[in-house]
Amino acid sequence: MTVLRHTRGLKVEIAKPVRRRSLLLAVLKSWEFLLLTLLAAGAVASTSASPYFLDVWNLSDATFNFTEKAIVALPMALLIIAREIDISVAGIMALASLVMGLGAQAGAAWWLVALLGLTAGLLCGMLNGALVTMFRVPAIVATIGTMSLFRGVGYATLGDQVIKSYPPGFEAFGQGYVAGPLSIEFAIFLGLAVLFGVVLHRTVVGRRIYAIGSNPEVARFSGIAISRYRFVLFSVVGLAAGLASVCLTSRLGSTRPSIAVGWELEIITMVVLGGVSILGGVGSILGVVLAALLMGLVTFGLGLLNVPGIVMQIVVGSLLVVVIAIPALLARLGLIMKALP
Amino acid sequence: MKAAVPLPVPPHPAVASLRRWLDGRDVALAALNLVLLFAVALKFPDFLAPRNMADILDDTAILFLMALAEMLVILTGAIDLSVAANLALTGVSVALVNAAHPGLGVAPIIAMALVMGAALGAGNAVLICKLGLPSIVVTLGTLAIYRGCIFLLTGGAWVNSNQMSDAFLNFIRVSFLGLTTLTWIAILGIAAAGLFLRFSVAGRNLYVIGGNRLAATYAGIDPGRTQALAFLISGAVSGLCGYFWVSRFAVAYVEVAQGFELQVIAACVIGGVSIAGGLGTVPGVVLGALFLGIIKNALPLIGVSPFWQMAIAGTVITLAVVINARSEGRAQGRRILQENTA
Repeated sequence: MTVLRHTRGLKVEIAKPVRRRSLLLAVLKSWEFLLLTLLAAGAVASTSASPYFLDVWNLSDATFNFTEKAIVALPMALLIIAREIDISVAGIMALASLVMGLGAQAGAAWWLVALLGLTAGLLCGMLNGALVTMFRVPAIVATIGTMSLFRGVGYATLGDQVIKSYPPGFEAFGQGYVAGPLSIEFAIFLGLAVLFGVVLHRTVVGRRIYAIGSNPEVARFSGIAISRYRFVLFSVVGLAAGLASVCLTSRLGSTRPSIAVGWELEIITMVVLGGVSILGGVGSILGVVLAALLMGLVTFGLGLLNVPGIVMQIVVGSLLVVVIAIPALLARLGLIMKALP
Repeated sequence: MKAAVPLPVPPHPAVASLRRWLDGRDVALAALNLVLLFAVALKFPDFLAPRNMADILDDTAILFLMALAEMLVILTGAIDLSVAANLALTGVSVALVNAAHPGLGVAPIIAMALVMGAALGAGNAVLICKLGLPSIVVTLGTLAIYRGCIFLLTGGAWVNSNQMSDAFLNFIRVSFLGLTTLTWIAILGIAAAGLFLRFSVAGRNLYVIGGNRLAATYAGIDPGRTQALAFLISGAVSGLCGYFWVSRFAVAYVEVAQGFELQVIAACVIGGVSIAGGLGTVPGVVLGALFLGIIKNALPLIGVSPFWQMAIAGTVITLAVVINARSEGRAQGRRILQENTA
């Protein structure tokens, strides 16, 4: 009541409930809420369509088709928020898988094979980072080049051969379970999601990544070592691609040069579908996680309907285009509505 | 009092332009191509035979056309990753039409390839130029959609050479003055691209909006329309090359020209086209494509497995972009602050 004694007190009193309602409205209008709604709708539809959908083991099996991609999508989100992009991730996975295969052929133990894969991924990521920060090559071109370089090394070494012998113990990464139906792969993904969520949303590092993506020049003038951040982000994406390759190679139990071909499209789609702006500065880890689950659900559902993989590609491609077109369309629609009397 | 220091005599304009031209990277690239040719010819003298040269040109013709079309898009500061998928979808479509109506002749096939390619390019143009969406994401998406559509069309089946009419297969193979029709079309395309970019207003505008979009807008150029034109041409050329590709290799299936977009972009990047837009020449792109064509044809000769081709292309692209980035950095030395943040 004391507030009301001031001349502008009335405004303050009105402002409070409006603000609360706008917070609720903001949540309802948020991208993450939309994804959650779609996810819930999909789950309800699938449950009513098939009595086997809600089976815990069934769901656990379904996570395998997106978990490796989602592991790469998490750091990729940070990279895209920082206004960079890495198109070579699937190439890195192929090269890391090759290195692991060669290591296994040379008789390395399971932990050494995995370590080799991680190291190869990290080195590839560092090469991308060096090209972008030290040689100032635009990220798109640099990673288009290294994409064919990395996978090309796989083809040059293996040709049409396949490496199929891996040491005992290595299969755990892609086929093992932590407890009950929780697979090791999915546990790694959940752990990384929490880690990247905390780094992005709760630390100075995360705020700086947003700052770099919103305006690199201002970020630089504010004293942020943007080149160092970019280099580290590319390295982390490479490391994650190496980790995803460990899981995938272990799950398939084989290495071919064509492993994970075209995955860069699905990984980037996952990130963009999660509400990360390709122009940088906007996005959340929660969104990316929900998008990963949603894409997993869609592929699972289409798989149940016997839709072949190449046709799923149409769905993924359309999803990518439609998702980035929606905000632009809404903005245009808003302009038109405003122009109407 | 006038200073007695003699002014440096400016060289004759013709000499100056010749010197500038000799300094250019196009000449360096041409020299590199010649070195590559003669290095292979040292071991295999037949490599330089006119017959083999004509074969290399015929083999590289599609790359010439596609790279020039891609250059138009890259000049505006965008990129088109869907060109190879467009080529494949249009190529498979015209092959199916030809299989269903063998007596149709080549002219309707070419018209259909051009129109369908342009329509697919228009899809990109609407999303990128009208809605202002980032070209790399849009074309990554349409790439996947176009490829998937081929499967919907064919159900995964192949269209083989015995389903293609003679006219369909022979049009690009007719030899004239020692070169195939396909090579002549590529030469015409190169000339057309050169004239378009040098002498037409639309061609100059492509450079302008890539160089400085804002300034172009103030100068009365519509960046959206200009860029849309580039995507339309890129689509139409991709469609036309779809027919050429399917006819040349006499087979059409889902994975036709998979990954070819990388070679197309590589030819542009090696040829000195700046991915940031506004920089690039027709001779540069032609030489860049020729460089890749010579390597591709030399590899089997010198006994390197074709599986190495991707790794070599990747290495060449990566080196080329590093060299380009360095020379562009020098050329824009006064933009110190921007350069440091870029």
